[in-house]
Amino acid sequence: MSPVMRTRRDGSTRPARHRAVQPIPVLWLLLVWLALWGAVTPLLVLGGVLVAVLVCLAFPLPPIDLGSSVRPLPLLGVVARFHLDVVRASIEVAGVVLRRRPVRNAVVAVDLETTSDFLMTLVASMLSLIPGSVVVEARRSTHTLYLHVIDVPDAEAAEEFRRMALALEQRLLRALPPRPTDRERP
Amino acid sequence: MVSWTQLADLAAAVCILLGALLALIAAIGVVRLPDLLTRMHAATKPQVLGTVLVMTGVALRLRDPGVVGMLALIVLLQMATSVVSSHMVGRASFRAGQVRHDLLVVDELSDGPSHEEPRGAP
Repeated sequence: MSPVMRTRRDGSTRPARHRAVQPIPVLWLLLVWLALWGAVTPLLVLGGVLVAVLVCLAFPLPPIDLGSSVRPLPLLGVVARFHLDVVRASIEVAGVVLRRRPVRNAVVAVDLETTSDFLMTLVASMLSLIPGSVVVEARRSTHTLYLHVIDVPDAEAAEEFRRMALALEQRLLRALPPRPTDRERP
Repeated sequence: MVSWTQLADLAAAVCILLGALLALIAAIGVVRLPDLLTRMHAATKPQVLGTVLVMTGVALRLRDPGVVGMLALIVLLQMATSVVSSHMVGRASFRAGQVRHDLLVVDELSDGPSHEEPRGAP
């Protein structure tokens, strides 16, 4: 993500400074801390918050701009479908490993519809966990993902994969519809 | 009379065995498959499901709520990190030209119009 720029009084620009300690990362780190200890006591919560704040200060990150609203029911559908697909993809790849005939692959370009960095990252990570594909290259300027797809016998199967990847993006877009940004607003 | 603990133990045994089998298949795949990019598939997908199954088996056997949080954490971090590592290794190998082009049916990254992204592009 390109840094947000602030303009100084004399007209020069500098990258915006973000607050290092943000509430949501602290909450996540606290949950991880409690999961590691496997218990919830007041002392553990206090220690967890302390450690989380120290981690945020030591490794400051810019806040993630989700840029979309969340619709819980379609999101639940996406997550359920995702788990089914993980199982299917694992069995498929296991089949490719165990059979005797040589495997043919393809590198397929998928032009995403979304312009949001967050959604592009989400689609990329879901695609590399599910249907026999690994992201080889991502181009942010054109929102293109290049995926290495295993077990593609011909060009028709590559087209089929592209349709499947775009359908996954559409499902995700329905679950996390993007909020109109200032640029797109009339 | 079969008690529910015996049933849970049976389910745990099945889960752990299946998970171990998938991990074995992943290892065979890393040895058998022809090039690095294909091997990354074997190293990420069956292995992730194998880890999930082994963790489910462990949770069913231990039946301790304190452990479940840590097991869920293992699965989540496994999913998050295997994606990033497979992408980084795949990208590096493609850029270094370590790709068996004879195995590719379609290659839209090499065949497409060359597109120079400025170095260090955000």
